Amino acid sequence: MVDVAFQSSRTAAAQAGRRRVGLRNALRRKSMSAFLMTLPLILLIAILVIYPAIYSLHLATLNKAMTKFVGFGNFEFLFKRDTFWLVVKQSCIFAISAVIFKALIGFIVAHFVHNVPANKQRKWRGMLLVPWVIPPAMSTLAWLWLFDPSYSAFNYTLSFFGLGPIPWTGDAMWARFSVILVNVWYGAPFFMIMYLAALKSVPEQLYEAAAIDGANWWQRIWYVTLPMMRNIIAITTLFSLIVTFANFDIVRILTAGGPLDHTHIFATWAFRVGIEGSDIPLGASVSLFMVPILAIAAIFILRDITKRGNES
Amino acid sequence: MADVSLRKVVKRYDEVEAVRGIDLDIADHEFVVLVGPSGCGKSTTLRMIAGLEDISDGDIMIGGDVVNDVPPKDRDIAMVFQNYALYPHMTVAENMSFGLRLKHYPKAEIKSRVTEAARMLDITDLIDRKPKQLSGGQRQRVAMGRAIVRNPKVFLFDEPLSNLDAKLRVQMRIEIKKVHQKVRTTTVYVTHDQVEAMTLADRVVVMNYGKIEQIGTPNELYHKPATRFVASFIGSPAMNFVPCRLEEVGGKLNVRLTDRRAFPLPPTRAARYQAISRTDKLLLGLRPEHVMEARPHAEPGVEPFDAVLDVTEPMGMETLVYFTLEGSQLCGRVSPNAGAQDGSPLRLAVDLNNMHLLNEVTGAVL
Amino acid sequence: MSMVTIDKSGPTRKVKYGSMSRDRTWALRWSYFFLTLFAVFSLVPPFYMLITSLKGSAEISAATNPWWVYHPTFENYIQLLTSNQFLRFFWNSAWVSIIVVTITMLISVPAAFALARMKFWGSATLATGVFLTYLIPDSLLFIPLFKMFAVFGDWTGIQLVNRWYVLLFIYPTLTVPFCTWIMIGYFASIPKELDEAAIIDGASWFQTLTRIFIPVALPGLIAATIFAFTVSWAQFLYPLVFTTSTDQLVLPVGIITTLIKGDVFNWGQIMTGALLGAAPPLIIYAFLMDYYIAGLTAGATKG
Repeated sequence: MVDVAFQSSRTAAAQAGRRRVGLRNALRRKSMSAFLMTLPLILLIAILVIYPAIYSLHLATLNKAMTKFVGFGNFEFLFKRDTFWLVVKQSCIFAISAVIFKALIGFIVAHFVHNVPANKQRKWRGMLLVPWVIPPAMSTLAWLWLFDPSYSAFNYTLSFFGLGPIPWTGDAMWARFSVILVNVWYGAPFFMIMYLAALKSVPEQLYEAAAIDGANWWQRIWYVTLPMMRNIIAITTLFSLIVTFANFDIVRILTAGGPLDHTHIFATWAFRVGIEGSDIPLGASVSLFMVPILAIAAIFILRDITKRGNES
Repeated sequence: MADVSLRKVVKRYDEVEAVRGIDLDIADHEFVVLVGPSGCGKSTTLRMIAGLEDISDGDIMIGGDVVNDVPPKDRDIAMVFQNYALYPHMTVAENMSFGLRLKHYPKAEIKSRVTEAARMLDITDLIDRKPKQLSGGQRQRVAMGRAIVRNPKVFLFDEPLSNLDAKLRVQMRIEIKKVHQKVRTTTVYVTHDQVEAMTLADRVVVMNYGKIEQIGTPNELYHKPATRFVASFIGSPAMNFVPCRLEEVGGKLNVRLTDRRAFPLPPTRAARYQAISRTDKLLLGLRPEHVMEARPHAEPGVEPFDAVLDVTEPMGMETLVYFTLEGSQLCGRVSPNAGAQDGSPLRLAVDLNNMHLLNEVTGAVL
Repeated sequence: MSMVTIDKSGPTRKVKYGSMSRDRTWALRWSYFFLTLFAVFSLVPPFYMLITSLKGSAEISAATNPWWVYHPTFENYIQLLTSNQFLRFFWNSAWVSIIVVTITMLISVPAAFALARMKFWGSATLATGVFLTYLIPDSLLFIPLFKMFAVFGDWTGIQLVNRWYVLLFIYPTLTVPFCTWIMIGYFASIPKELDEAAIIDGASWFQTLTRIFIPVALPGLIAATIFAFTVSWAQFLYPLVFTTSTDQLVLPVGIITTLIKGDVFNWGQIMTGALLGAAPPLIIYAFLMDYYIAGLTAGATKG
C-alpha cells in the first residue's frame, strides 16, 4: 500500500517535472524578450557612457602626443600649475554659491507663488520658468550683451543712480560674480518648480493642525513645510550641485574663462587644454577631477532614491 | 461552459507555501465562492486558475483539459478585478470589446455582443463614456460586461465588490447573482467577506493558511461547521466559544463550564456526545442567536442564567448584548423589548439544542 | 463672572479677525510685489533680446536708451532668414533634434516597459544604472568621446567627426537615461491588474505595450519627448567639440562661431539668432507647459 502510493507519487513528480520544463521555457522566453527590449539601452550605456568613462582614465595616463605612458605625470604637472589651483577654487566657489542662491531664491519664489490665489499661479509660474526653458547658450548671449563693456544696458541704467560703470566681465571679481549671477538666473526656476510641486504635496490639514496648535507663520514653515520637503530639497540640491559643477555653456560664452583664467571651471578649462590646446590627455585629466564630487553627490541621491523605493 | 477541477494544487514562493495542496471540483454552471482571511491563498488559487500565476505542483483542469501550461488567453476565462482594471483610455464599448477585437471577431458580432451585455447590465447609456466619467458601481458593471461579452467557459471574480461602499455592495451582489442566473457560466468568486460568500454561492469554499477548511453550501457551513475556524469565520457576530468539559451525573450528561456552573444536555445532544472522553478539553460553541432573553416558561434544552451586561448594541430589529460568562466574553441577541441596558443585569438563556461542541486542541467540531 | 469674560472676549476676537484678514491682504500684496520683481529679473534677458533684434546697427551703437526701440526694423530677421548659412544651422538643429527624439523613444520606451514590468535577472540593477548614467554630465565625457570617434575614424575610415550626424550617436547618451527613468516611473504607476486584464483579454506583451501602456502613459511619453527635444536643441558642448565646418554646425554653435567675427559682435543679428534659437523650446513650453513641468518634476518625485 505504502509502496503503491510512493510509486504513483513518483510518476506524478516525473510528469510534473516534464511540465515544469515547458513552463521554464516560457519564462526563459519572457526573460529573453525583456532582455532584447533593453539591449539597445544596455549597448548605448556600455559603448557611449561606460567605455568612454574608462577610456578617459586611460587617456589621462598618456603624454600629449598619446604615444607614451606617463602614469600620473599629467596629474603631477597639473598640481604644479597655479592655473589648476585657480580652477579648483573657482569651481568650488562657483558651484557652491550658485547652488545656495538658486536654492534660496527658488524656495522664496515658490512660497510667493504658493501664496497667490490658485487660479493666478499658473500665469506666474509660466513667466518665472522662462529662464529655464531658453537654451542656456542663447540666453547667455543676451547676458553677454547686457554686460557689454561699452554698451551695457545695466551700466546705462546704473549711471542714473550715479553708479558704475561696472566691468561686468572685465574684472576678475566682477566676472566671477557675473557667471554666478547668470547661473542663478538660469537655475533658480528649476528649484522653484520642484519646491512648488513639493509644497502642493503637503496636506492642507497639517497646516490647519499646526495653526490650531498655535504655530505662527514662521513656525509653520520650520516645523511643517521644511520637514515635509526635506527629501525634495536634498535631492534637488544634490542634483543641481552636479549640474552646476559640470557647467560649461554659461562660463564658456560669458567669459571663456577670462579674465586671465579667473573664471575657468573644470569643464571650460578641460575644453581649453584638451580640445583647443590639443592636449587630450591633459584635458581628460582635468575633467576627471570632477568625478569625486559628482560621485559623492550621486551616492547621496541614490541612497535617497533607494530609501524611498523601499518605503513604497 | 465547463467544469473546473483542481488536483493537489500547490503554490510556492521561494520558501513560503501560499497554497498547500488544494483539491476542488467545480461543476458546470456552478457558482463557487472562495472565502477566507487575507493571506489564506484564495486569490492565489484564483490567479492560478486564470493562469496569471504558474502552479508549483498539481493540476488544474478546465472542461476536462489540463491547462497548467496554457497561457491565460487560451484558457477561455474572463476575470473581474478588485479595482476593475478598466482601460482608462478606452470607452466603455471599447473596454468591453477589446478582447474580441484582439481575436479579430467580425465587427457586427462584436457590436451585437456588446449591445446585449450592456442591455443585460443596464449600462446602454454609458457605452461611449470613459471609465473616469463613471461611478464605482458603473465601473463594476463595465468590468462585468467585459467578462460577459467574451462568453467564456469560466468567470473569475477577484474581490470585485471590495472597493464599493456598503450600500452599493449589497446592490451589486444582487446584480451579480442575477447575471449568473441569466448566463449560467461557471463562476469562481473570491472574497474575504463571509456575508458575500453566503449570499452568492451555490457552494462556499472556506480557506485558511493555504488549505481548504471546508466545502459546503452556505447552510451547511453555518449549521454544520467542520472546524473551529469555519465556525468562527462564518456568521456575524461570530460564534461564542466557552471552555468546558463533559461530566456524567446520575446517568445524565452535563456540560460543565466551571466548578460553579454546568448545563444539562438535551437528550438528542447527550446521545451524540456520549462517546467523548470526559477528560477532553472542549469548547461549547453557541451562535449569538442561541443566547437570548429567558422566557417565562421552561423549554427543553434552553437553560436560563443571570448575566450582567457589559455593553449593549441596539440594532433596531434586535439588540446585541455583550457579557461575561464564567470568564468568557459572550455575545447574545435579545429582543429590543427585553430591557437590555449597559451595566444592568438581565436573565438570559442558552439554547443547547443548537449548540456545538468542539475539541479545544484539534479545533474539530464533534 | 462668566458673563464678564464673554463680554471681554467678544470685541477682542472681532478685532483679531479684522487684523488677520488685513495681514492676509498685506501678505498677498507683498507676494505680488516680490513676484513682479522676480518676474522682471527672469524676463529681462529675453526682453532685451527682442528689443535688440528690432534695432538697426546704427541704433545699437547710438547712445540712446538701450531699453527702448526708436526705429523698429525687421532688417535682422530678414537678413538671417534669407541667409543660407543660418537656415542651414536651423535645419541641422531641427534634424538632429527630431531624429534624436525618435531614437530616444525607440530605445527608452521598450526598455522602460521591460524594466517596469518584466522582472528579469539584473533588471533592478539596470534601472539604478540608468539613473546613475543620467547623473554623468557631458563635460566629463566630451574628451574621451571625441578621441573615441577620431580613433574609430582612423580604424574604419568612416569619418564621423565634423559631420552633423555624429551628434545622433552622442545626444542619446543625454536623453535616453532620463527618458527611460521617467517612463519607468509612469509605467510602474499603472496598476498591475491592467496588464493582467489585457493578458486575459488575449493581448501579447507587445500588444500590451502598444495598446495599453503607451496610450495610458501618454502624458509621460509627451513629457519625455519634450525633454529629449529641448535637451537636443539646447546642447552646446558636444557640437562645439565635434563639428567645425560651417555647413555642419547646429544653431547655438553656428550663431556663436559665425556671427562673432573676431572682436566684432553683430549684436542685432546675434540677438535675433538667439531669439530664433530660443523660439522652438519656448513655443513648445507655451503650448505644453503642464507636460513640460511634469517631465521636470518627474525625475525627483517619481523615483
